[in-house]
Amino acid sequence: MINYLARRLLMMIPLLIGITLMTFFIMQLAPGKPTDLVTDLNPKMSSEARDRLVKLYDLDKPWHVRYAKWVKRVARLDFGESFRDGRPVMKKIAERLPATLLLNILSLILIFTAALSIGIYSAVHKDSLFDKISTFFVYVGFSVPTFWVALLLMIGLGLKLGLLPISGLRSIHYGDLSAWGKVWDMARHLVLPVLVTGLTGLAALARYSRSAMLEVIRQDYVRTARAKGLSERDVILKHAFRNALIPIVTLLGLMLPELIGGSFIFETIFAYPGMGRLGYDAIMARDYPVLMGIGTIVALLTLLGNLLADVLYAFADPRIRYQ
Amino acid sequence: MRTGLVPAALGLLFLGGCGNLSDEPPLDSASPPAYDDSFIESSIGDASYLNPVLSSDSASGSVNGAVFNGLVKYDENIHITGDLAERWEVSQGGRVITFHLRKGVLWHDGAPFTAEDVLYTYERLKDPDVKTPHSSNFDKVLKVEAPDAWTVKVTYSEPYVPALESWGMGIVPKHVFGGAKGKDFNEHPANKSPVGTGPYRFKEWKVDEKIVLEANPDCFEGRPHIKRYIFRVIPDNSVEFLELRNKSIDTMLLTPDQYRAYGEFFEGYKRYRLPRGAYTYFAFNLGRPLFRGRNVRLALAHAVNKAELVDAVVMGLGRSASGPFLPLSWAYDPSVKDFEYDPALAVKLLAQEGWKDSDGDGILDKDGKPFAFTVVTNQGNKMRSLSAEIIQQQLKKIGVRMDIRVIEWSAFIKNFVDKKNFDALILGWTISPDPDQYSIWHSSQKKEGQYNFVGYGNPEVDRILEDGRREFDPQKRKRLYQKMHRIVHDDLPYIFLYYPDYLPVVHRRVEGIQMAPLSTFGFGWNFDKWFVREKNVRYPVRTAQ
Amino acid sequence: MIRLYISRIARDRLALAGAVMMLLLIALAAAAPWISPANYADQNLTERLSPPSARHWLGTDDLGRDVLSRMLWGTRVSLVVAFVAVGISTFFGTLVGLIAGYFGRWADAILMRFVDILLCFPTFFLILMVIAFLEPDIVNVMIVIGVTSWTGLARLVRGEALSLRERDFILAARALGASNSRVLFVHLLPNVAAPIVVSATLGVGGAILTESALSFLGLGVQPPDPSWGNMLSAGKDYIYFAWWLSVFPGLAILTTVMAFNLFGEGLRDALDPRS
Repeated sequence: MINYLARRLLMMIPLLIGITLMTFFIMQLAPGKPTDLVTDLNPKMSSEARDRLVKLYDLDKPWHVRYAKWVKRVARLDFGESFRDGRPVMKKIAERLPATLLLNILSLILIFTAALSIGIYSAVHKDSLFDKISTFFVYVGFSVPTFWVALLLMIGLGLKLGLLPISGLRSIHYGDLSAWGKVWDMARHLVLPVLVTGLTGLAALARYSRSAMLEVIRQDYVRTARAKGLSERDVILKHAFRNALIPIVTLLGLMLPELIGGSFIFETIFAYPGMGRLGYDAIMARDYPVLMGIGTIVALLTLLGNLLADVLYAFADPRIRYQ
Repeated sequence: MRTGLVPAALGLLFLGGCGNLSDEPPLDSASPPAYDDSFIESSIGDASYLNPVLSSDSASGSVNGAVFNGLVKYDENIHITGDLAERWEVSQGGRVITFHLRKGVLWHDGAPFTAEDVLYTYERLKDPDVKTPHSSNFDKVLKVEAPDAWTVKVTYSEPYVPALESWGMGIVPKHVFGGAKGKDFNEHPANKSPVGTGPYRFKEWKVDEKIVLEANPDCFEGRPHIKRYIFRVIPDNSVEFLELRNKSIDTMLLTPDQYRAYGEFFEGYKRYRLPRGAYTYFAFNLGRPLFRGRNVRLALAHAVNKAELVDAVVMGLGRSASGPFLPLSWAYDPSVKDFEYDPALAVKLLAQEGWKDSDGDGILDKDGKPFAFTVVTNQGNKMRSLSAEIIQQQLKKIGVRMDIRVIEWSAFIKNFVDKKNFDALILGWTISPDPDQYSIWHSSQKKEGQYNFVGYGNPEVDRILEDGRREFDPQKRKRLYQKMHRIVHDDLPYIFLYYPDYLPVVHRRVEGIQMAPLSTFGFGWNFDKWFVREKNVRYPVRTAQ
Repeated sequence: MIRLYISRIARDRLALAGAVMMLLLIALAAAAPWISPANYADQNLTERLSPPSARHWLGTDDLGRDVLSRMLWGTRVSLVVAFVAVGISTFFGTLVGLIAGYFGRWADAILMRFVDILLCFPTFFLILMVIAFLEPDIVNVMIVIGVTSWTGLARLVRGEALSLRERDFILAARALGASNSRVLFVHLLPNVAAPIVVSATLGVGGAILTESALSFLGLGVQPPDPSWGNMLSAGKDYIYFAWWLSVFPGLAILTTVMAFNLFGEGLRDALDPRS
């Protein structure tokens, strides 16, 4: 196992290089320069000023020179400064990552508890009324365009009923609140975003866990377990569920980049200060250092996450052995 | 069931009508003005640099406008007046401007403001390693000197009238930056926590969330009433509107549709309508054979129904445009009569040029080629894409096929505008009060990346643009630019479409509001004079420090 | 066999409802030019934003165009976008997943590392790619959605193939000297067909939703071509004072995505060789 881990960790190096190269390459293909937005067709800013910005940003140099420069800096853990506001990229990411992780981990917990219980119960009681109704509602949640449902919930729960704040992460008077008041305030702001992010993830996971459970329940070893006289509860939770986890773990690995990278749409709708907006703004402004920084950090965290998933895989499925 | 919320919310939407409206007490009109309320403004994007030398986006501009002062500013009648400069003289035929600075002005940290700060700001604008987009305003400056601590003497290489306006640029404090140059200036922490001379002091910045400013009691223009000025970032316009409806923001800019939404929306708010310093236009690529002849452009101008555009795109909240200057500017010539909407005349003009529908497919043709072209516009501006769709239908009526391509901004500028790779485009200019539009219309400005991308050239206009920069007599200058307004209108490089209005809305509890057309030029309204009466205070600031 | 599947689906009421809905939608899409009450592009600026009425069943939009006609044409646009995109992604996903899972070793390592690289990019890189190479026209939207959404399926298929590879019937087939391609496509493929079908049907829904998300950013199908996604995102700005502009496209997306998902689910049960 330790050998395997070491090998996988080593293999991450070429992967990371591949990822940064790919990001860099895609960026070069994108038309436009980071200087376009600053000089947003303002007749009072002449093209000489624009050229000067191009030189300052090193944009007149060929791409491989810039990539080499970038790698050299990153080796010293320096991701450079944003073109947009001159601030260190690492700092910009560090400011937003916690908010994104907070939102996504909360919704992940929601998704997992809800989806696994729904999935297992529906599989065990296949074709029951609960199975049908939950299938239906899970699909409604999955099938609805998220920004639309977010707006509807804002209107319904925020505006009409006045139960929840509409958008943002904190109230304007947050600074004046007591410690508990702060927690309560953030919690209220998080309800809608967590609910809406949860809604989409829930369906996929609930369906997959139901399918996986159905698959597993029919397997011989489950029948054997039953035949041994184990209680139905033990059969389902100890034997069947553990095997059903395999495809679910795969799914979790797939969710990682979004988990870290955030979602531009949720964050825009909910005026949430996360990674998705940072990334999208960087794309639109062609803010290369920020883009490269995000690409690399998200990739690194995702790779580590995937490794973890593979290790969990081995625990869940004794048939898979890693040498 | 969590998912049950969806139908529930749908149900609520259909119920419509008034939910928790108007449970607010009526406004008091007798208590004295308070000094402790907060005011919440929403902004679509977060600021970039809280440093006027480095920033050019509007979010940073609003914050910088409250924190910093320039040497001069525009008053409510669009006349230049003193700000940090008390007065100034123009001498040597316009080549020298001497500013006499206001004495006793303090930076927010208590240090005195002096001519050194002006010099420092100017040096940074000219510093080749400073990422400023504003340097071209100062290209014609030969030198800036400070004979004493309260005098600044600027010498220009030639008389340059727009020079005065450019000194509206916010002045930054030399001592805070420690005299930093180049890269150190670009990356200085003060760009995140600015120190200025203005009515508001910087308090905190939570990225992508909010920026909080606090009243500066020592401001040289008097202590502002509103204690806290909060900018909240709400990136989606429809959510912004919901927040307004929820009364959780005090001001925003409305779209025409929002402005026209039913009245109950604005219970508790006052709507304003002002002319804006911008216009939207339909530009021809004069390099394309199709549009080289003026008659063809004239025909299209007669086929575009601007009244319909004003009605449908800005819902009547604007007016149809006749030329490059705004109606609120003295350079505007009100006697210019615009081309009338006359599709029959358009068809006739095109027929004279040989465009007829000979194959009966509903599209005009000449030498076997149909009259078809593509208009490009940028993605993310709804008014422009709506205009494109309406013009498409209007031109269809005279047998002209216009296709629409909507391109993401950066790609649009790079691949289409800069490279002159377009038949026609729909865009807008935001312009400052000074009418110098040399970079847009002068025939020397046609190179790749410059702003005369339509390829316009008229020797008479060139001369006006050159003279206009040198003419200090306001009456003569006015005659020059009014003449240019007429010539450009007649030459038809653009079909000038409309001047949209500026539509802010402000919470009713705020009084003393004087809206001036200037708001649109980024110099702020009289915000430091706005007040809320004691009994109407909504977000009191606790002063326990 | 096929009759068996049909009878199985017929017994599953949710799936049947999904199938009926699906056929109805396809019929509507095909018949759009004939049943639309008006031309979807015809503007009538005096009738801007009028609510549903006898004249305009679903009201008019911000250019006075008939929403019902636009919805019908939008069915076409949205379904075509989704089908093509899913076709692309299913093809790549299945092929890569099978090869990697079955051959293991180098094939697995190389393909999965490539998939890993792709999987490390969050959705917004998809958007970057759209604007990097292409203009957001309808063909490019389909390609981009298809080309960026196959990796999940590849991993899933690979996971299935990996656990099937050591099963008796595969080992037996190999022991009997079946060629690799025979084992892959004759023995393995049918056994991983269920998750592929489920994933493809979910994929149709997913593609419709992705198009609407791209439209939210203004990068989906461009106006004046109507897609449900761009209608919904245009209607979003009017959500509070012209509800019909967002509610109808929203409901259309909801029911369509659901129809495909419910049907896919039913199909999955019906195709299952062991039930």
